[in-house]
Amino acid sequence: MRHQLSLTIGPASFRIGSAWRQPLQQLAELYEGYPRPSGETADFTVRLEPTALLRKWFRPSIFITGDHGLADAAPMSLNHGLLAAEMGMNLQMALGWRRHLLLHASSVEKDGRALVMTGESGSGKSTLAAQLGERGWRLMGDEFALLDLVTGELLPFPRLVSLKNGAIDVIAAEVSADRMGPLLGNTAKGDIRHLVPRDDAVARMRVGARPALLLFPRFGHAVDVRPVGQGEVFMRLTQASTNYVALGEAGFGALTRFVKHVPARAIDFPSGEDAIAMVERLWEELA
Amino acid sequence: MSAALLVSVLRDPDVVSALDEAGWNALIAAARAERLIGTLALALDERCVPESVRPILADARLDAAREARQALWEADRAAEALGEPVLLLKGTAYAAAGLKAGEGRFIGDLDILLPQKELSQAEDRLIAAGWEWVKEDAYDDAYYRQWMHELPPMIHRERDRMIDVHHTILPLTARPTPDVEVMLADAVPVTDRLSVLAPEDMICHSAAHLFADGDLAGGLRNLWDIHCLYCEFRERRPDFDLALLERAAEHQLYAVVLRALRLAHGLFGSPVRQLGAPIQADYCLRWSDRLFIARLLARDGWGRETRKLLRFAFYVRSHWLRMPPLMLARHLLTKWRKGHRPV
Repeated sequence: MRHQLSLTIGPASFRIGSAWRQPLQQLAELYEGYPRPSGETADFTVRLEPTALLRKWFRPSIFITGDHGLADAAPMSLNHGLLAAEMGMNLQMALGWRRHLLLHASSVEKDGRALVMTGESGSGKSTLAAQLGERGWRLMGDEFALLDLVTGELLPFPRLVSLKNGAIDVIAAEVSADRMGPLLGNTAKGDIRHLVPRDDAVARMRVGARPALLLFPRFGHAVDVRPVGQGEVFMRLTQASTNYVALGEAGFGALTRFVKHVPARAIDFPSGEDAIAMVERLWEELA
Repeated sequence: MSAALLVSVLRDPDVVSALDEAGWNALIAAARAERLIGTLALALDERCVPESVRPILADARLDAAREARQALWEADRAAEALGEPVLLLKGTAYAAAGLKAGEGRFIGDLDILLPQKELSQAEDRLIAAGWEWVKEDAYDDAYYRQWMHELPPMIHRERDRMIDVHHTILPLTARPTPDVEVMLADAVPVTDRLSVLAPEDMICHSAAHLFADGDLAGGLRNLWDIHCLYCEFRERRPDFDLALLERAAEHQLYAVVLRALRLAHGLFGSPVRQLGAPIQADYCLRWSDRLFIARLLARDGWGRETRKLLRFAFYVRSHWLRMPPLMLARHLLTKWRKGHRPV
């Protein structure tokens, strides 16, 4: 394709092709500190194509696809090209990754042990991971956590953190400006701004950790902590995994082991500060 | 052209020793786009493959094994629901019969063939067992029932798997009318409740599907099926080519099957021999074959579809084959009004 870029994030490598320069230029700047694949075959090909012939120039509109794609993917404006590239990579992982059990979850690490947080979009798991990543924890990822099928270790996928709406100002106040991407206004999920993980998160992106605590965060409610039974944890994690069915018995084995060994709690919190205090306390008690 | 690279590697896997990084990326992208990655993964020798490609191929082999397992499970569910043996078509049939064409093959929907008189009973039983209609559109439903060779597609509400229930080989409006009674009568059992078409009919069906019905989307994989089936059956029976062409003539599919063999020979090197009287077979490529080959190879190193105009021409052809002009005009107008646009 006209413009292309290769990236490695955690265990996966991507070859991204685009009909336009801008998305890849922004992507290259934000991923500058990441290792570049050299001479390797990419695990996945991502394509950013015009939705129709004339849409390359006239009211440019991006169709996100690649090795794996969705026929009914919503077109995106070129102004949101950076987001489109990120979504393209996520799409490949969600539909095509088979080497680990993929959980739609954020994760952070301390002393070789991992805290995993899962929940729907808007639950606060991304923001919480980003905040912890600035306070003594290593950010492992804000979107996907990869569970090794053999060792039970959790592996990082530290792509750019995607901050939405209210979370943008909270994080922007804590980090240097050069770690923040451009503000993407009026996307399907509101305003979005990307955060570049800290250097240690990128440098150790191939180093796993033993999962030690699972939380189901819920932002916007009064402080509360509830135990979650193993059966419910199992069911919720199968729903949070995009490749659980595809992995068959290996996925079942890995998930069963995770659920048996990792304590789980549901936490509600009205603010980030409350959440951080709760996480630190539960980590002391349970992990 | 990357589909061409894919074809040359499937034909002779040693070709990969000359590939660089860009070549590998192109090969993998084309193989995924043509849904031949599992086939490719099984064809290549691990030792000739770079380190970064091995896990990609290992993933593809695992996916293919799961596809086959799921497909056979689904076939069994259908047999259970219908309460009688089921005649399988296409991918599931190749897997069930343990044919080389089934190895590494992507298997999407479950395709089965029933006598037309059993159709409405089968429909009721499938619905009772949890399958439901995919399209709730009255026109599409009526169209399928009046003119097509299969029921409108159904999907299982729990397992999310599709089933296509065929009652004949080609749409009722198509010009050739293969003899489905003969195909049903000659089916070969593979288990006590699953059966497949006889070898000759299997290729006739695959060729009819590829060249007398659709727009050649996914055609490369279908042609690979035909190549594998033909090679395997010919190995078992040296005069299989004669039996096949004779059978094809009985089904009014002689030209279609001969084209399939010409292209399989031209692209994948299927072993063919020229035949004189009484059955004639000449495997030199015709000029029209060049168009088919150009269409089959219309895929670039990023996995993108190329040759849009040719693709569109084959799309138009698929409709032309399917219906007489007036009926086609009415059909396209109705679909257009409903907002359907060809890609």
